[in-house]
Amino acid sequence: MAEVLVYVDHVDGAVRKPTLELLTLARRIGEPVAVALGGGAADTAATLAEHGTVKVLTHDAAEYAEYLVVPKVDALQVAYERVSPAAVLVPSSAEGKEIAARLALRIGSGIITDAIDLEAGDEGPVATQSVFAASFVTKSRVSKGTPVITVKPNSAAVEAAPAAGTVEALAVSFSEKATGTKITGRTARESTGRPELTEAAIVLSGGRGVGGAENFALIETLADSLGAAVGASRAAVDAGWYPHTNQVGQTGKSVSPQLYIASGISGAIQHRAGMQTSKTIVAINKDAEAPIFDLVDYGVVGDLFEVVPQLTEEIKARKG
Amino acid sequence: MSLRIVVTVKYVPDATGDRHFADDLTVDRDGVDGLLSELDEYAVEQALRIAEAADAAEVTVLTIGPEDAKDALRKALSMGADKAVHVEDEELHGTDAIGTSLVLAKAIEKAGYDLVISGMASTDGAMGVVPALLAERLGVPQATLLSEVSVEDGTVKGRRDGDAASERLQARLPAVVSVTDQSGEARYPSFKGIMAAKKKPVESWDLADLEIDTEEVGLGGASTTVEAAAERPARAAGTIVRDEGEGGKQLAEFLASQKFI
Ligand SMILES: Cc1cc2nc3c(=O)[nH]c(=O)nc-3n(C[C@H](O)[C@H](O)[C@H](O)COP(=O)(O)OP(=O)(O)OC[C@H]3O[C@@H](n4cnc5c(N)ncnc54)[C@H](O)[C@@H]3O)c2cc1C
Repeated sequence: MAEVLVYVDHVDGAVRKPTLELLTLARRIGEPVAVALGGGAADTAATLAEHGTVKVLTHDAAEYAEYLVVPKVDALQVAYERVSPAAVLVPSSAEGKEIAARLALRIGSGIITDAIDLEAGDEGPVATQSVFAASFVTKSRVSKGTPVITVKPNSAAVEAAPAAGTVEALAVSFSEKATGTKITGRTARESTGRPELTEAAIVLSGGRGVGGAENFALIETLADSLGAAVGASRAAVDAGWYPHTNQVGQTGKSVSPQLYIASGISGAIQHRAGMQTSKTIVAINKDAEAPIFDLVDYGVVGDLFEVVPQLTEEIKARKG
Repeated sequence: MSLRIVVTVKYVPDATGDRHFADDLTVDRDGVDGLLSELDEYAVEQALRIAEAADAAEVTVLTIGPEDAKDALRKALSMGADKAVHVEDEELHGTDAIGTSLVLAKAIEKAGYDLVISGMASTDGAMGVVPALLAERLGVPQATLLSEVSVEDGTVKGRRDGDAASERLQARLPAVVSVTDQSGEARYPSFKGIMAAKKKPVESWDLADLEIDTEEVGLGGASTTVEAAAERPARAAGTIVRDEGEGGKQLAEFLASQKFI
């Protein structure tokens, strides 16, 4: 059976959920061989094995944390040459897309980014993408070289599929270009204790209607009652009410949760671009004409300062 | 020596218009008004700020696209860029990201550069990979997705806000940079700027000028194929209730019926 190379996104050995989703998709095409780089790389093996990985290629070096992107491209290329895979799959983070693109260029392949589904096809994997602010769905194929495809979070279910997950060391010697861009400092983002925005099953977003940074507590309290992540519209971010890392939309995160609740958000095209593929959409907005209502499964026309606290109370009451 | 900055810009269909695919499954550029991609305005803005802070600098804006794409160049020139290069060739229709990066890289080399600045992504294709591809092709450092950028003593420095951390980056010139919409509001062209732009030079290059084989670009040279494109089915009309004191409870009832509570 053909092998499929999967680039692992992990934090000190803890594999992030989008990588496990990638393994589900990879198994439709062939046998997953994972590439894990940097500190804790070998610690990823157990989790990867549980989800169908036959082999885990690992390498650790200071360069991965000290220089931007290129060291990882060098390593992925070494893995590619060793495995000769049927496809290379990478999680669609900002960095993932850059790594994938540079690899594709080096190996003379085409690249597809931000796939939301992947199927095996006669002429290679067929990727589904959502384009033009999610108003269109396309099916595409890489027609040149080994397909390099990046896949968005929440595109597949995580499935248990025990496999060997044998760890093998990768021998990587970095190119001269690898040390071109130095990372001179790093400030870790403070953990909120809430799920990762792009990975969450439920996302609650607030917009200009929330009316101030302090009022976001309302959204956060509701989020915590549902175990949800918190997002914001650009209007709320630009006003300084919520961090840019939580922005949902074209120039923020693209989310695709089971449930998306928009409070005080009008539903501009750029916001839709980041949430329109959510399974169930709910909006609370005092303007019955707000375009967000065109998308909803359930909408409440009303003042969020009334509706949100009542909803939070009701959820708490129901959960006892 | 003067700092040579090349800004790559894209002429895109207006995102608030009704965007569609043409029969050959390329983006239909006739049906909707075009404009300079808003995300590239941030790149022009940062180029101008860097140029203003330098002893001597020259900002060239570069685009690939049909005749209309000149509008995007004019806008950038009216913001304050010094000159423009328009790469236009019939054979370019349908070129994908890999092909685009080839044409841009050749044009950047021909123009001469110390610093390339791009927007974070286009507002139509939105892949966001062209800056990384340019760095790979040009063989220079990539300092991408910067929300803060400055150039000093032949070094570009900036801040990249990632998922897990915010990073400080540093690279020697020549380099490729891309900037986000957090990098600083783009200026509006002044009346004087608009008038001055009319006299600024716009060079036109075709594939022969760039010594690019037509087989490497266009739909024929594309390394990806779109097999089908369909409008996402309209979402089934949802239930909309007006809050008359029970809106929160009604919503809770809906969420419970969907097993979210
Ligand atoms: C290049 C570009 C990129 C962009 N990227 C993004 C992006 O990534 N993400 C994004 O979100 N936007 C983005 N935008 C901006 C986008 O166009 C909109 O301006 C933005 O989404 C508006 O945010 P909003 O819905 O919170 O604010 P508004 O459009 O002002 O809507 C506020 C809504 O709140 C409602 N409201 C007010 N008070 C209450 C209340 N008490 N109770 C209930 N409802 C209330 C109002 O009825 C209104 O509908 C981008 C724009 C451009 C040009």
